[in-house]
Amino acid sequence: MALEASGVPSIAIHTHVFARLARATALANGMPRTRQAFVPQPIVGRSPTNLRAYIEGSDPNSGRPFMQEVIEGLTGALTEEDLRGSSFERSTPRLLAPDTEDNLRQMFIENRWTDFLPIILPTEERVAEMLKGTSHPSDKVVGRLRPARFREFWEFTVEKVAVNAVMAGARPEYFPVILALAASSITARASSTTSFATISVVNGPIRHEIGMDAGIGALGPYNQANATIGRAYGLLSQNLQGGSVPGESYMGSLGNWYAYSAVFAENEERSPWEPLHVQHGFKPTDSTVSVFFGGWYTHAGYGPRETWQEKMRRCLTATEHYNPPLLVLDPIAARGFVELGFDKQKLIEWCAENARLPAREYWDNQWIRTLVHPLAVAGVEPFATRLKAEPEELVQMFQPEDINIVVAGGETQSAWKMFGGAYRGNATISVDAWR
Amino acid sequence: MDRLLTVYDPRGYPPNVTGKRLAQRHESLDGKIVYLVDCLFDNSEAFMEQLQHWFAQHLPAVVTRIIKPRESWEDDPDMRAKIVADGNAAILGVGL
Repeated sequence: MALEASGVPSIAIHTHVFARLARATALANGMPRTRQAFVPQPIVGRSPTNLRAYIEGSDPNSGRPFMQEVIEGLTGALTEEDLRGSSFERSTPRLLAPDTEDNLRQMFIENRWTDFLPIILPTEERVAEMLKGTSHPSDKVVGRLRPARFREFWEFTVEKVAVNAVMAGARPEYFPVILALAASSITARASSTTSFATISVVNGPIRHEIGMDAGIGALGPYNQANATIGRAYGLLSQNLQGGSVPGESYMGSLGNWYAYSAVFAENEERSPWEPLHVQHGFKPTDSTVSVFFGGWYTHAGYGPRETWQEKMRRCLTATEHYNPPLLVLDPIAARGFVELGFDKQKLIEWCAENARLPAREYWDNQWIRTLVHPLAVAGVEPFATRLKAEPEELVQMFQPEDINIVVAGGETQSAWKMFGGAYRGNATISVDAWR
Repeated sequence: MDRLLTVYDPRGYPPNVTGKRLAQRHESLDGKIVYLVDCLFDNSEAFMEQLQHWFAQHLPAVVTRIIKPRESWEDDPDMRAKIVADGNAAILGVGL
């Protein structure tokens, strides 16, 4: 669309499953008549012969010859609507029209404002109670969210976050954590075809103040704060960013169960190492929440036993390379590594050093090819060096700064898990700032 | 009769939309330079090569040039400037 604005007639080609999304994006950019043509899905893995057949075939949406759509999109006279574009004001009301409880519940479901589990209706009384959980005024702007990079940002206030926190079943004392997540600028409902979710870790005194679980079952449905803070993050993400509707504003092919709720507290008291938030520059007495983006995979192990290195190497090399690992260790497992001479940083460095694949395999990964290869070609390190490797030469998958370790669990087992969890930018947010 | 409840709308605030016009089209692409913008999605390079072959075979009077941004999913102002300076039209793909 930037090219059109510069006077260059353009047409965008998409695969047909993205038709609704492409049109919605064009409308939101004020250019609903932007020219688009569609080919069948997928492009990935198709041979040149297959791709040529797409080009010589029909647009699956219009049924017309694909190249006719392309040529006509770049030629011919423009209509009045083409020249005008589409300007409009949009807003959402503060309150909905009064209705019965059953009708309102049905409206929330039909509008896809829920996660399809029962919600608490956000009445004026309940939202007022939630707002007592923070000192910030209800009309203060908290931040902006969007489902993907190419979508527009929607803005929201403290009150709008409170509405979603009520819906999730959260208590007012949890509200500062929920506001911090809302202020992160990281959506828990990313539209990506790869089905991202978020996993969030709470550190500092707030864990005890609101009764979070860092012990037995910390990662499961056994604590109101853990469960409803995670659920609130999901609901506020989808509603405050303008939706998470399959085929329109959500394109995750498989979806992700972690998107229901994935928040837990670090077991700082039983950990042999400094807590996550201290690693990221906060004081132990600060309260924070850290957001990890991913949830693509989960591996599990126990120990460390005699063969732990082989096991850990297998898990590391089985990760999706574009989603670095977040290791969550039970305190017994963490102390086991201490007995082997590891502090947290040394274990992270061991993981980074031992997560290696043949270059041929590394560069064949779809997301490494799409997102990392262009950087390597442009000379950006460490990717450029990996690109120079011979096909069977082992290349490092991650840098130490890509990998994180958190201690949680109730010491009933020397267990550990490895999740896809990318820590991007300033992903540790102060909870105290939202008290 | 059931009691009526007043509840909040849970949605955020969308930005206003300002209409933007399309660029003037050409009567024909003959003799024109059409940039084929490879958006760097996996295998989009192969698609653009096939598209270039199609033009060479069916519309040889159209000059096509494949061009790539520096990064996936990021605006590349230098690439756009080149297309605006040299090109008469652009086909972008294959992406979202």
